[in-house]
Amino acid sequence: MAEQDWKTSKRTFAAVSLPTLFWVVVFFLVPMAIVWLYSFGENRGLTDIEFSGTLENYKRATEWLYLTIFGKSFAVAALVTLICLIIGFPVAMAITFASEKWRPWLLLGIMLPFWTNLLIRTYALMMLLGTQGFANKGMGALWEGTSWIKTLVGLQPLPTWEPVQLLFNNFAVVFGLVYVHLPFMVLPLYAALDRLDRSLIEASLDLGAGHFRTIMRIVVPLAAPGIIAGVMITLIPALGAYLTPDLMGGTDSQMIANVIERQFKKANDWPFGAALSFLLIYAMFILIALQSMRKKVPEVR
Amino acid sequence: MALFARTPVAPLEYSRKLWMRLWVGAVMVFLYAPLIVLMIFSFNDSKRNVVWRGFTTKYYEKALGNDQLVEALVNSLTIAALATLASLVLGTLAAVMLWRFRFPWKGAIDGTISLPIIVPEICLGVAFLMFFAAVGWPTDLVWPFNLGAITIAHITFCFPFVTMVVRSRLATFNREQEEAAKDLGASEGQVFRDVLIPHIKPALVAGALLSFTLSLDDFVITYFTSGPDTITFPVKVYSMVRFSVTPEVNAASTLLIILTVVLTFIALKAQGVKAIAETH
Repeated sequence: MAEQDWKTSKRTFAAVSLPTLFWVVVFFLVPMAIVWLYSFGENRGLTDIEFSGTLENYKRATEWLYLTIFGKSFAVAALVTLICLIIGFPVAMAITFASEKWRPWLLLGIMLPFWTNLLIRTYALMMLLGTQGFANKGMGALWEGTSWIKTLVGLQPLPTWEPVQLLFNNFAVVFGLVYVHLPFMVLPLYAALDRLDRSLIEASLDLGAGHFRTIMRIVVPLAAPGIIAGVMITLIPALGAYLTPDLMGGTDSQMIANVIERQFKKANDWPFGAALSFLLIYAMFILIALQSMRKKVPEVR
Repeated sequence: MALFARTPVAPLEYSRKLWMRLWVGAVMVFLYAPLIVLMIFSFNDSKRNVVWRGFTTKYYEKALGNDQLVEALVNSLTIAALATLASLVLGTLAAVMLWRFRFPWKGAIDGTISLPIIVPEICLGVAFLMFFAAVGWPTDLVWPFNLGAITIAHITFCFPFVTMVVRSRLATFNREQEEAAKDLGASEGQVFRDVLIPHIKPALVAGALLSFTLSLDDFVITYFTSGPDTITFPVKVYSMVRFSVTPEVNAASTLLIILTVVLTFIALKAQGVKAIAETH
């Protein structure tokens, strides 16, 4: 359907466009512009910030320490995305080929956690991994009990109990991020697989290809847009994740969002935090640009 | 034995293959076990979340008696309701603008509107922190005006989702209906109210649900935007989890999970699973 030129009904156009444009400019573009400006400023005293146009913040952000944190965030996000893809793909397949009666319920099963509060889900996971932690405490109590008995009969006490850590390390961060982001991956995968022409799969099977080969050679290439969408939808939030590394990670599992937060809430170095924020945003833009380049390739051919 | 003795599994019936079923079952256990454990232990009569010490509802009483927690929950629900309403209006207007008109810089404006979806939460939070500090937003207003800053931030990241959902629904609208209405003497406003709105209603329900849960869910942006006196439910739970794990958190979380489930089922009753699924 042809679109109407805005000049043909200026009043309607103004009515639908002005509120949105106002909101986007005042409450999105202006705040982003402020961050961008701050990233070229420097701290003078406790609250004074001078916009001196310095590149010092960006120079500091490319120091080895921060580069490794950026690199680590990417590595963690990529690993989480890969695990989500491996776990999620069969689930999406199962939902696509489930009977009419079951499909909505399976979908609901994936979506309900998606709608459940992120913090609550993280906390629930912590509690579960923490049960091990509490088990640790129980074992620790036993250990100390034995130690106490040994001293009672006049033997050397045991060395102090050291619990096994399941929480507050890198493993916990990856585990937590996979837990949180799995529905993000399954839903776009399902949407792509659902649109697939099934006769192509049947043809492949008829012609003697096995299930695995059919999936790799037929299903995956045809569902590529959905797979890429799922990867992006998982990768981008995982890269900027704050809550999971903060609550479940240890001192060495800081991701870039945690470093940014520290500049604002603890270190009080707003210009540097602003520079880091913009570097993260640029990283997102690069990822999205890569994705849209990938999309254009078949058109060229 | 109806479970086993049935028609043989057809090649495409992947979901009837045993390993597939085990896989899906394991994923469902993975997704739900932590939540179910949390809900069960909210009734546990023990300060620590390890051993079952008997059934009690005292932590629910405690959670509901915790004024700060209740206030935080009321704040969160108020913000979510306000943000949803505003997002529905703004998001629908933006969708109609992008669907109906051709105008200069359309691509750029389209991209900018969906940008808040892509920009990482932490960056958006930082931006609002700086923005409200720069404009000197008052922090000592009376309720509900003290929630203004958070609500504004929430509208910014919620309304692009409404735009997205409404726009995909508008794509299926038959313009001839609009022309017929106009031929029959309807004004622009009447067409909008009586023809367009009924058509996009499923998208509005889905968009409202999405906005409400996104707003209720948000921790990071709120954490940066909220003043010392405005606490939302996730921020409160965060500080409780951070400093001491208490069974009160389990009880409060269980209540919120139940609220989410109820909301989802209301939406499903209104729209059906498939329509909601397609919004993602």
